[in-house]
This record gives sequence, C-alpha cells and structure tokens, in this order.
Amino acid sequence: MSMLHLVNKSPYENNNVSTASSIMKGDDVMLLIEDAVYAAVKDGKASAMLEGRKVSVLGPDLAARGIAEDKLASDVDVIDYAGFVDLVESNDKVQSWL
Amino acid sequence: MSDTKKFLYINRRAPYGTIYAWESLEVVLIGAAFEQDVSLAFMDDGVYQLMKGQDTTGIGMKNFSPTYSALGDYEITKIYVEKESLEERGLTLDDLQHLVWEDEDEDWAEKDSIRLVSRAELGDVMAEQDVLFNF
Amino acid sequence: MKLTIQVNEGPYQHQSADSAYFFAKAALEKGHEIFRIFFYHDGVNNGTRLTTPPQDDRNIVDRWTQLAQEHDIDMVVCVAAAQRRGIVDEGEAERNGKDATNIAPGFRISGLGQLIEGGIQSDRLVVFGD
Repeated sequence: MSMLHLVNKSPYENNNVSTASSIMKGDDVMLLIEDAVYAAVKDGKASAMLEGRKVSVLGPDLAARGIAEDKLASDVDVIDYAGFVDLVESNDKVQSWL
Repeated sequence: MSDTKKFLYINRRAPYGTIYAWESLEVVLIGAAFEQDVSLAFMDDGVYQLMKGQDTTGIGMKNFSPTYSALGDYEITKIYVEKESLEERGLTLDDLQHLVWEDEDEDWAEKDSIRLVSRAELGDVMAEQDVLFNF
Repeated sequence: MKLTIQVNEGPYQHQSADSAYFFAKAALEKGHEIFRIFFYHDGVNNGTRLTTPPQDDRNIVDRWTQLAQEHDIDMVVCVAAAQRRGIVDEGEAERNGKDATNIAPGFRISGLGQLIEGGIQSDRLVVFGD
C-alpha cells in the first residue's frame, strides 16, 4: 500500500514540499508538478528534503521553467504526463498537497 | 454496504482569508448522506478553523464555525487534529471548540470527536483511507 | 482505472486547469476511463462560454468542451460554487431570476453529491488546485 503525494507549489513559497516529505513513508512517491519542480534543483535548499525519498518530477513543467535536467538532484526521476498517469495507477491513492 | 469507502477530508487552510474552509465543510455535509466511513483531519493552518469565539461581524462574512459542532449529528465522530500544527501556532486543544457526538449504543453518551494525533500518526490515518479530499 | 478529477481553480489564474487537462488527456490516451471531472471553488469558472483569450494563447474552455465531446466525459460544475461565482445554465437562470446564461457546451451544473459519487465509484480521485 503506497500513496502518491502530489505537490504543486514552490518550496520557497510555502511548506508543502516539507510537509509532504515529512509525512510520506515507505514506498510512497512524491510527484513534483507546476511550481514545485523547483524543489528538485540540486543546489537549492529544498532538495535536501527530498533525500532518501522516491521523487519524480514532471518534465514539461521543468522545461517550461528553463530547468535543465543536469541541474536536478541525482535521484529524481523525470517523467511526462503518461508517467504521471502510471504513478496514479501504481499507487493506491493520491494526496494533493494544495 | 459493499460500496463503503473510507473518506478523509483534509483541511489545511485558515478560515475566512479564503473560501476553501467553508466550501470543504459543504462537501462534508452533503457527503454525510452517502453513508461512507468519514473522517476529518485538520493540520497546518486548518487547525485555525476549529478555534472558539469566532466573531465575523466586523468583516461582514457569515460565521460558519457553529457548523463544526453539528458534525456529530451527521455521524462524523473522527476528527483528527495534528499536534505539531497546534504547537507551531501556539495553540492547545483548549483554544478549539469542544466537539462531541452522541453514541446511541451507549444511551446517547456524549463522546469527544477530536482526536489529537502526531504528524506520524496522521500519516498512518491517511494511509488507511480509500479517498483523500483536499481543497 | 476509473478516474474522477477535481479542478479547484479557474482558467489562466492558476496552472491547475492546464495540469488537470493534460493529465486527463494522457489518461484517456492510455485507455483509462474518466468517470467525471468535477469543478469546484473557482474551478467553476472553467465552465463559462464567454471567455475570449488572446489568439496566440490556448483556449482553456474550448479545450475542455472538445475533450468532453470527443470522449463523452461528464464534466460537472458544482451548483453552490457556480451560484456564488455566476456560472449559469437555463435551469439556474429560471430558478434564480437571472437574465442570461453562460455555461459552456459540455459542462453541466449539478450538486456536490456528484463529487462524492465520483469518490465512491472511481478507483482514484485526483485533485488539482492551488
């Protein structure tokens, strides 16, 4: 049993990335979309919150914001909307941290 | 009922500054008719929704806080309040409404609806649910 | 997988409506079923047919209409939220004494029970918002 944690706001705007990363457990996955993709930039303070967790990030949102994949923290998985759908399917439920 | 699912309504925003708190409560009230296994969670700024003594006359908005005390009548008996969120905000359970429900199996004895939980415990509660509502 | 999608924000103001749309499209392309798309809070504003976005920008409302018509998707705008924000169909106009309607094709106005039902009947509820 695992949960998909959907986060869409920048970690520098509010605490949602932090809250999600502190509550997620075991096999849970975090998916960063929209402005939350900034959390995955490796030299940013927020990327430390992602360590040790399964994190995916939406490629189209990265590209829109001019974030090249080589700027990302190493363990982050870049996916597309099809991958997003797969994550919803492979996890039991979705928690949207709005 | 084979269709019964565990529903958790998660409240993370303060009342009045935005409409999410009120419109989420509207979902809870309508949802009660569907007889699912319902719980509510209040965390982050959501804990402010339950504060006692709200007086909205000066801001011209409807004070909807009395609605929380009616939740027991809608058979909502599990209201999780996250400890860390209260502490961070300098609040205790005493600052919140005392929410109760009446147990018809125990001669209508009044019982507390609010369950104070840690973030980790709330995570466990979330993991047990079928459907998570966020607003 | 049977999905219910909830959209909490209006078009253009937030990216939620766009994210929800691309997610819905990808789900359909993978052969999943969308039980319902439910528009709540300012999300009801996705259902007005009166928008005129710039020519060189996406037309969010039309995009929803097309998606709904191509795939026969039930797109519901919450009645309480719609009344507050002025999204009106024929029935609402008559009931509430309004002199116009503005609901876009492919959308219907209905109660919060539709969202609850979506939660009950679907395998997954995915919420897009602020």
